[in-house]
Amino acid sequence: MAKANMRLDKNPMPTQDPLVRARNFNEVAMGYSEEAALDEAARCLNCKNMPCVSGCPVNIHIPAFIEKVKEGDFEGAYQVIAKTSSLPAVCGRVCPQETQCEMHCVRGKKGEPVGIGRLERFVADWHNEHNTDTVTKPASNGHRVAIVGSGPSGLTCAGDLAKNGCQVTVYEALHTAGGVLVYGIPEFRLPKSIVAKEVATLKALGVDIETNVIIGRTLTIDELFEMGFEAVFIGSGAGLPNFMNIPGESLKGVYSANEYLTRSNLMKAYLDDPKTPIMKGGRVAVVGGGNVAMDAARTALRLGAEKVYIVYRRSMEELPARREEVEHAEEEGIDFRLLCNPVEILGYHNAENPRDPKNGFVTGIRCVRMELGEPDASGRRRPVPIEGSEFELEVDTVVMSIGTSPNPLIKSTTKGLEVNRRGGIIVNENGLSSREKVYAGGDAVTGAATVISAMGAGKTAAKAILEALSK
Amino acid sequence: MYKIVRKRVLNPTVTQMEIAAPLVARKAKPGQFIILRADSEGERIPLTVAGTNPEEGTVKIIFQIVGGTTELLNHKEEGGYIEDFVGPLGKPTHTDGIKKVCIVGGGVGCAIAMPVAQEFHRLGADVTSIIGFRSKDLLILEDEFKECSNTLHVMTDDGSYAHQGNVTVPLKEMLESGKEFDMVITIGPLIMMKFVVAAAKPFNVPVTVSMNPIMIDGTGMCGCCRLTLTEDGQRVTKFACVDGPDFNGYEVDFDEAMSRGRMYFDYERHAHEETCNLFKGVK
Repeated sequence: MAKANMRLDKNPMPTQDPLVRARNFNEVAMGYSEEAALDEAARCLNCKNMPCVSGCPVNIHIPAFIEKVKEGDFEGAYQVIAKTSSLPAVCGRVCPQETQCEMHCVRGKKGEPVGIGRLERFVADWHNEHNTDTVTKPASNGHRVAIVGSGPSGLTCAGDLAKNGCQVTVYEALHTAGGVLVYGIPEFRLPKSIVAKEVATLKALGVDIETNVIIGRTLTIDELFEMGFEAVFIGSGAGLPNFMNIPGESLKGVYSANEYLTRSNLMKAYLDDPKTPIMKGGRVAVVGGGNVAMDAARTALRLGAEKVYIVYRRSMEELPARREEVEHAEEEGIDFRLLCNPVEILGYHNAENPRDPKNGFVTGIRCVRMELGEPDASGRRRPVPIEGSEFELEVDTVVMSIGTSPNPLIKSTTKGLEVNRRGGIIVNENGLSSREKVYAGGDAVTGAATVISAMGAGKTAAKAILEALSK
Repeated sequence: MYKIVRKRVLNPTVTQMEIAAPLVARKAKPGQFIILRADSEGERIPLTVAGTNPEEGTVKIIFQIVGGTTELLNHKEEGGYIEDFVGPLGKPTHTDGIKKVCIVGGGVGCAIAMPVAQEFHRLGADVTSIIGFRSKDLLILEDEFKECSNTLHVMTDDGSYAHQGNVTVPLKEMLESGKEFDMVITIGPLIMMKFVVAAAKPFNVPVTVSMNPIMIDGTGMCGCCRLTLTEDGQRVTKFACVDGPDFNGYEVDFDEAMSRGRMYFDYERHAHEETCNLFKGVK
């Protein structure tokens, strides 16, 4: 075996220049070259106990695929990943590897861990670019399964079931398959062509995707069983956006992050002459500190905003977004107003002329400064307002990115489906709900979480469904 | 793709289409709506279901040409296709226990009011309908309303047909003369619904209003369609797509809804002109 490369730091990810990329929707990270991939792969020690694998929600055989990369057998590496992951090109881009596989990497004890995510992305992109083999549909096992939602959990569950011969139908409420991968995550982080390619691969495996069908409205879970499906997996996603319930949230120019991102991503409002409108330019405040908030803020910049603020009530230490996303946002010029909380959104009001077209549009956001007090239930220090510290930011657009509450649509139309206090579907360790043959996973169960944890849930449910069907 | 099975021009700015969408046709009830995209790059627009034929598998929609998408839709012909058609969305109109109902429709809102009136008629309720239009040219669905109403009042703003005045005139007259309704249901321009609520208020008649705000997904995901209600003195945010589209008229903040409805006014006008010019070019 070749000697390991003991350099302490990862091969850097080539990125577009911050000032250039802040004004375009092309992908920020450009991916490893073959040379960088080979060099990075050589940093892997191929540990016998594979600590990295324990950090992966879908158990990719990480050292095995990296060994293939070392050999220059990139297609072989892809085949290793594809055994357990249905969406390698997606995960290589959006997984928080630093808190998963890479967190457990032995190389991280002294220096930086192996760039597992970057290698995964390289391998998946190499495959998409070079592979000409068509996927063949596996022999049917005669079982039919319905999947609700074509986001990461649904697609993963569908892929695993189809690979094992099930006839799978995925029902999607929107007009395009992909769920949050197409409506939520922006083009500059996850190009939609990549999602489309992953979906095409699933279709080649025999998965039938029915768009424009809302389970809970167009069809109910009970009707799916009447139609002959033997099991149902619900991966319907997060749901209704939260607002702060402060004055001014109904002014024109206030968006939920879901709406803002859906307009830009799914409806392509970022194009020059879009059919779906969005407020572009001006000054924008994004309220919240998660990955979605970073996506919204960076989208605002690319839509032409002259100034973009992140308003977050805790400090940088508690800010939940991935470090990499925060760094990218900072490099691009996003202004972080930490320890600040909005108390009111201000709007234009011409008392003399009720027909003034500017009436009812946002003009600013009033915030109060916060300090950190005692730890709260989440273990993070509770932010407390500092009296008399209120100030105003002049903005035209406000994007509320403070989480979502589960959508009641399926629960309210499915008898016997139990949900928890927060509205998430209750499931056991196999993803089985309180209803026989009905499984669930992803944000519909957990509330807003990551793409990869949703994929892990889809995988777990697929395994349980296959076992149940074989009985 | 969803086929346009039939198309009928109701007046110069209002068109009716029947679309092949068997799953929606089987499920849709009066008061619910659909979302469509006219073509593969199009925006999503909500339209209320104006009727269904479950045997044939078709859903009737009636739309007014106001923006780019409705202009484009209107240029499609029988036998043609629209890209996406999804539903039914929203909650059906509440009909339980309502024996005497007054349906008040304004303009193209009458298209939405019609299936509601028909449903009450089918259920054996006493149906009084008031339909109002700006002028005679814009009158739609008079025969349909005649068929399903025990009493019908037709109003035009300019007096060019039937009675002159707005829809609140006969409503007030009836209420003042002691006519009782279990429910007034009003569907039309926001300003009209606001005045219907104001007219009914002194008589303590419950009023249901059907809201039609800007939407994207229609399933509760985006929050674009939110409106503010005052429930027991508390201001609460509701989503028209999942909590509505029908709401208690006394609770809705109409001024806010009217303001929000104008968010993309300039954009819409521009998009409409662009689309019109596009078609002029083609011809």
